[in-house]
Amino acid sequence: MSVLLIAEFDQQLKAATRSAITAATLLGGNIDVLVIGHNASAIAQQAANIQGVTRVLIADDVAYVKPLAENFAPLIQGLAVNYSHVVAPASSFGKNLLPRVAALLDVDMVSEVTKIIDASTFVRPLYAGNLNATVQTAETIKLLTIRPTGFEAAKDASQAAPVETVATKGDQGLSRFVSENIQQSERPELGTAQVIVTGGRSLGSAERFEELMAPLATKLNAAIGATRAAVDAGYAPNEWQVGQTGTVVAPDIYIAIGVSGAAQHIAGMKESRLIIAINQDPDAQIFQWADYGLVADLFDAVPKISAAL
Amino acid sequence: MKVLVGIKRVVDHNVRVRAKADGSGADIASAKMSINPFDEHAVEEAVRLKEAGIATEVVVVTTGAANAQDVLRHALALGADRAILVETADHLNSLAAAKVLREIVKREAPQLILIGKQAIDDDAAEVGQMLAALLNIGQATFASTIKVVDGKVEVTREIDGGQETIALALPAVITADLRLNDPRYIKLPNLMMAKKKPLDTLALADLGIDTASKVTTLNVAEPPARAAGKKLNTIEELIEVLRAQVKVN
Repeated sequence: MSVLLIAEFDQQLKAATRSAITAATLLGGNIDVLVIGHNASAIAQQAANIQGVTRVLIADDVAYVKPLAENFAPLIQGLAVNYSHVVAPASSFGKNLLPRVAALLDVDMVSEVTKIIDASTFVRPLYAGNLNATVQTAETIKLLTIRPTGFEAAKDASQAAPVETVATKGDQGLSRFVSENIQQSERPELGTAQVIVTGGRSLGSAERFEELMAPLATKLNAAIGATRAAVDAGYAPNEWQVGQTGTVVAPDIYIAIGVSGAAQHIAGMKESRLIIAINQDPDAQIFQWADYGLVADLFDAVPKISAAL
Repeated sequence: MKVLVGIKRVVDHNVRVRAKADGSGADIASAKMSINPFDEHAVEEAVRLKEAGIATEVVVVTTGAANAQDVLRHALALGADRAILVETADHLNSLAAAKVLREIVKREAPQLILIGKQAIDDDAAEVGQMLAALLNIGQATFASTIKVVDGKVEVTREIDGGQETIALALPAVITADLRLNDPRYIKLPNLMMAKKKPLDTLALADLGIDTASKVTTLNVAEPPARAAGKKLNTIEELIEVLRAQVKVN
């Protein structure tokens, strides 16, 4: 048994990569972390310092500055034949990349793994998390994307694993990076925040969303989330969306403010340890999922709460 | 430019799906079925490309039983020109679904292939990427904006933390996110016209591909319910809960 784990990083190794490493330790065997990038030796060193990592492989090429699946996939395909498992986080990075690798290897994969039963048996959600499927793969090379909320982030080790360089495959000439618009924020990242405050459409406008949510988030050192309805109404940017098609989160504390509790939203947050809901509507679905619920006027309650904390 | 759109018939997104009592799968025998919402966005985008004079023909394809004709008719009513049903009673996993689409691409030779980013039944989000790999062409997943210029396509993608724009040579595969567009409402005359548009049926067996999968489902179950919560009566009680649970800045 041996695992090739595809690292995701920006300036730092992403927390989702650490969660995937924890999942990989449950498969048994060695774990080689593959860092694909350009001038990313600092990232490789971070990966080498994580508990459970056997070896770090670094593939350095100017074609790997941005994670284009067309360029990354043939490299992973070439290395994968030496492993029983290829694992990546089920982030937009891993979800874009790993199915391409799977098809190059002519294998079916298992995506969004939330639980590892044994090295070939996994649990993954269906129907927006309304059902859980236990699936088994008989593929020789097993490809998995790991839902980060299902696994703790792996911690640093006392000793560093060796770092080795692997040959690259260069630019496949199929795609080109043009630009990106990544929101820089002082707040914690949504996918890995300990506390999240999420606003729904009943906040009524972008201004009121900001007025109510920002002071509370600052007090609680929380990330801000939004429902699809709030995003579609223009109250919050797309990348704040929590749900089946947005970010799936499982923080320690999830505070839903003016959130009705549509199934697609619940799918993205129901694994949170503690759920607190505030809503004007006593019949809102969100109360069925909340550990603590308060029926109140948001515009009265939320500023009072922020001021009192 | 010909555009091919892959669509899937799934349980309607408003239906709360439950597990079969024996755990063998989802209990969907009597559920209302619809076109996968992400695929509807893909069809709408293809039709808009045609209305903008960029696409010349929009062909929709699905794999499924004879009753999957209803989602093809829906796509034709949205404005697609022609439909193909690859008929089978079997459930296909992602790789097999991608191989079916590869065969259709070989026959139809489209310049652009659009498909939803995921189907809301198995939530796998794999087929588009697999198809692009099988065809050795570029892929743009989770697309929110598509611009076709000078034989290339520029796509803005929804990624964690923001958006990214990439350029792909054609042909290419694009998977549609919800923000790509708002699908139009279908008017009765369009529904009538859709009935007259061509719909060809192929037997899956005639495509000559191996659709067996090594990934099998052992059990399907509903997740454990959360314990009943506590109703708070005052803002002060909620503040107490927060003080006890969260470290405040």
